[in-house]
Amino acid sequence: MSLEVKIKKRYKDFSLDVSLETKGEYLGILGASGSGKSLTLKCIAGVETPDEGKIVLKGRVLFDSENNINIKPQSRNIGYMFQNYALFPNMTAEENIGVGLKLAKKEKKKRVKELLSLFRLEDMGHKYPAQLSGGQQQRVALARIIAYEPDVLLLDEPFSALDSKLKSELHTEFLDMLNLYKGEVIIVTHSKEEVYRISENLALIENGTITGFGKTKEIFEHPKSLSEAKMIGCKNISPCEILSDNRILCKDWGLVLETEGIPINCKYAGIPSENFEIVNEPGINTIECKLVNVIEEINGYLIVFKNNKRNENSILYFNINKETWNKKKSQNPLYLKIKDFYLLI
Amino acid sequence: MNWSPILISLKTASVSMVITFFLGIYAAKLVAGMKSDKVRIFIDGILTLPLVLPPTVVGFFILLVFGVKRPVGRFLLEFLGVKIVFSWTATVLAAVIISFPLMYRSARGALEQVDKNLIMAGRTLGMSERKIFWRVMMPLALPGIASGGVLAFARALGEFGATAMVAGNIANKTRTLPLAVYAEVAAGNMEASYGYVAVVVFISFIVLSLMNYFTIKGSKYTDKDASK
Repeated sequence: MSLEVKIKKRYKDFSLDVSLETKGEYLGILGASGSGKSLTLKCIAGVETPDEGKIVLKGRVLFDSENNINIKPQSRNIGYMFQNYALFPNMTAEENIGVGLKLAKKEKKKRVKELLSLFRLEDMGHKYPAQLSGGQQQRVALARIIAYEPDVLLLDEPFSALDSKLKSELHTEFLDMLNLYKGEVIIVTHSKEEVYRISENLALIENGTITGFGKTKEIFEHPKSLSEAKMIGCKNISPCEILSDNRILCKDWGLVLETEGIPINCKYAGIPSENFEIVNEPGINTIECKLVNVIEEINGYLIVFKNNKRNENSILYFNINKETWNKKKSQNPLYLKIKDFYLLI
Repeated sequence: MNWSPILISLKTASVSMVITFFLGIYAAKLVAGMKSDKVRIFIDGILTLPLVLPPTVVGFFILLVFGVKRPVGRFLLEFLGVKIVFSWTATVLAAVIISFPLMYRSARGALEQVDKNLIMAGRTLGMSERKIFWRVMMPLALPGIASGGVLAFARALGEFGATAMVAGNIANKTRTLPLAVYAEVAAGNMEASYGYVAVVVFISFIVLSLMNYFTIKGSKYTDKDASK
């Protein structure tokens, strides 16, 4: 429990109400833009002041509205990497890295040199940020923060300033560099892929509040609430009604699903669009489908369909690879068996 | 042509520019950092007023404060032996007050345009507010601040109304270029004012060119090629 955050901040048309705890591992905060992710980080770093609440880092109280404690950002020892890196454009890479270091001139020079080589920026020391590529800027920004040996590292959308072609390449490189830092990391992003790759723990944020918290893998494999399912991109979600111990009715699709262990407060069912399988005959958890549209995508087809047995208008989505679809598309009627689904509260 | 108005004008404008430059930056920093919007709007209004008021009205206020029978003027005269009105100092005083809003507004605009994230980044990196101001804000705002300084110089050079009110039109002492042009034309010597007019137009043009130069130079850190 090295960072504890419980803060509130109100604006005219938005309010932030966040509580978080980290346990020394990488924590990802996933949310849409405008959900309060960056604001949360800024409050932790101390460049924004919450209206009320408490922030404790490694037992050190940084902010406590009740006791009027508000440590200034300069003394919080928190590394914050801004979305656009916020490198000082009037300083060279070298000067940027050294600017916050409180060392004697000689030592400072030595330390900056070390960092430059650690971050593979040896020849970039004398260049200005505008002369560096996106990836180099990112490394300078990281080096500048790590130079300062912060207690926690906050990364605000570290990849959003890079174009997508470079992104996957730089992901791996950035993670290598990040490993040079032995402390705790909080990374804020709107990208599922980024958060899945980088962080063991995940917090979901929506409209200024945390709507889900847990191990990243668990949330992605089995979301437990409506907002978790939406956040990981589950395309098919319907409100449902419990019929018996092992049967629920998905109201939007007019479909009865059979399964074990239905939670008593189950309110929604979610089916990932990959979790259908074309079968030859009707059966349990199987839909006779009526095609609405077939959209060709890069890696397959997106099948848009309805339940043929019912008049409900709600459509479902099914992602299938091209080969399988071409083999089975002539089958009539088309039965789709649901392999796995989520029961949500 | 009598060179004294040209010398007096250049001297006045130069001294007033130096004073306005620092006052303007200081005021800009102060106002930009104010937390309450209401206070900021009020103070900003007062500081900008000399820009829109008729210079004679500004001169009137200066006389109200610094006149020899007024408290401040009297204090200066009796205890320090300094008489402000109708002296060269008065031309500087008038020029400073009239040109101040130009400097202040340029500096404020330039300082407020500095990316807030850079200031925040500086704070999280442990830089003191003073260091952030001198190492980050000033260098980035410099083109705007410099063009404000040049503009203030040009305005001080052209100052007429307030100067006439508080400094008078004393040859070889307070007669600046604009006053000299006025005096010559009023006396019917159109020809005599040609030289003064030419000098004013020439200097003003140079000043405007300098301003453009600073603006172009302002893109130094954002343009990839310009900084090489």
